[in-house]
Amino acid sequence: MDIFGIPSPAFFGQVLLGLINGSFYAVLSLGLAIIFGLLNIINFAHGAQYMLGAFAAWLGLNYLGVNYWLALLLSPLLIAALAVVIERTMLRRLYQLDHLYGLLLTFGLALIAEGIFKNLFGVSGQSYEAPELLQGGVHLGFMFLPLYRAWVVVAALTVCLVAWYVIERTSLGATLRAATQRPDLVQALGINVPVLVTATYATGAALAAFAGVLAAPIQQVNPVMGSNLIIVVFAVVVIGGMGSILGSIVTGLALGVIEGLTKVFYPEASAVVIFLIMVLVLLVKPAGLFGKQA
Amino acid sequence: MTTTSPSASGRQTALMFAGLIVVGALAPFLVYPTFLMKLWCFALFACAFNLMLGYSGLLSFGHAAFFGGSAYITGYLCRDLGLSPELGLLAGTLFGGLLGAVFGLVAIRRAGIYFAMITLGLAQLVYFLALQLGFTGGEDGMQGIPRGRLFGLIDLSDNLAMYFFVFTVFLLGFALVQRAIHSPYGQILKAIRDNEARATSLGYDVARFKLIAFVLSASLAGLAGSTKALVFQLASLADVHWHTSGQVVLMTLLGGLGTILGPVVGAVTIVGLENLLADKVGSWVEVIMGSMFVLCVLLFRRGIVGELKALLQPGRR
Repeated sequence: MDIFGIPSPAFFGQVLLGLINGSFYAVLSLGLAIIFGLLNIINFAHGAQYMLGAFAAWLGLNYLGVNYWLALLLSPLLIAALAVVIERTMLRRLYQLDHLYGLLLTFGLALIAEGIFKNLFGVSGQSYEAPELLQGGVHLGFMFLPLYRAWVVVAALTVCLVAWYVIERTSLGATLRAATQRPDLVQALGINVPVLVTATYATGAALAAFAGVLAAPIQQVNPVMGSNLIIVVFAVVVIGGMGSILGSIVTGLALGVIEGLTKVFYPEASAVVIFLIMVLVLLVKPAGLFGKQA
Repeated sequence: MTTTSPSASGRQTALMFAGLIVVGALAPFLVYPTFLMKLWCFALFACAFNLMLGYSGLLSFGHAAFFGGSAYITGYLCRDLGLSPELGLLAGTLFGGLLGAVFGLVAIRRAGIYFAMITLGLAQLVYFLALQLGFTGGEDGMQGIPRGRLFGLIDLSDNLAMYFFVFTVFLLGFALVQRAIHSPYGQILKAIRDNEARATSLGYDVARFKLIAFVLSASLAGLAGSTKALVFQLASLADVHWHTSGQVVLMTLLGGLGTILGPVVGAVTIVGLENLLADKVGSWVEVIMGSMFVLCVLLFRRGIVGELKALLQPGRR
């Protein structure tokens, strides 16, 4: 069976890869949006936190015998703890200043993390075996579906939906949204906003680390995996706008699939297609697809 | 700065230029000229960048696209089409400006932090183009760019001749930035940086002023990249990589945002440090750069020149 002259396993294979990349875009842009909402900081270290999450899983497996499932839990916790330290000691001093200082500080942190891991492990990737339970795959007739890849899409989307639910439908989320609008008023109502801010940054970082662990068995674990990804995620954020949680999830997934399809039909453009879409969206709808006019 | 009387600030400027010329003229007899040429190229790059961040408040995270893109254009014209170096530089500068206009038209639609993300994305687009287009040499870079003869007369393969040419290019660029900043146009830029809403309400076409700043800054960044391509006879992917964009941000930040000499001091410090550390700590340079970012942002946001100024003139700013 062919689709537009492309054999169907190749076609759906790329669509699946696109969905996987899209899930990562969704999780990461979601984290960025949550952090930006409350902290007014674009977290350039988001890519580094994703990379650290993957490395934590890899190190855990190879040196401490921590298996994949445990790593999926522990690695985000570890990175969240690191994020608490960063927020308490550094980011906290910048809230009164121009946004750009937060970007520059987290950019510096990303360079440090990337540099350290380059020195320790080189730039070539380390491979991480998928857990036994998720090895192999099923034939669907029109394509072969590796189990692990299906799991990544399901897990990432579940996390996104849980985040959406917590923010939009619970009282904690309501407090969070209120604090995004008027932190001073929320503080006056007796809610400890600084703790909320710290927790938000830690949650965003944990989301990135979770994506990193998910990515470890698919991609090579290497020090530059985060910086390559974060630039694309920035473009995704520009395209979607940071106004809406569901908006970032949908934009992330859609762009991943578009990128995958570009790989099928015009592979030369696959690296740039998201940036081209960014330009188009800016020309047509400068505030982003789901954004409010800044 | 604005409180100094015009004649006093004129004297200061003359003094600064005289000092720069003396240092620039003596330096090649004391220090390895190739290193100095690199230094002036990056100093010009940082001055161009400062025009954006320091004086217009626009954080571009994509300046490597102009620096590296122009390096490729000049390299191509001088090596494959046999253009003379001065025409090569001119073409590189024009290309930088043109690319800057394209970037500007897209990026200026969004303010603040989005602006940085958009320029970063656009520069990544240029990076992938440089990787895939045939004439750039892809991963190998563009090698063997001839320095040629300046105006058909002066042989630039001589290192000292090349040095003085590069230094002159820097001085011209530096003077242009200095002129722009002190012109009425520069004053309006600062007004926009400090209070955009007010500048708009006073009737200034804010978007147009920002765009002109972007084009001017991109042209000079292009000139710096083109010059670097001639100096090292090489244009490579490293020049268009986001690391280079980050580096020029750091130079400007470290030297002092919105100060005339800051970017020069920052460029000297960073290029010097890299040179000094490269054989000692090797790949830890990236960690050191990152730490400097963190320290600058947390401890001295005014940068070296800004802090010195505050120290020398207490009570101001």
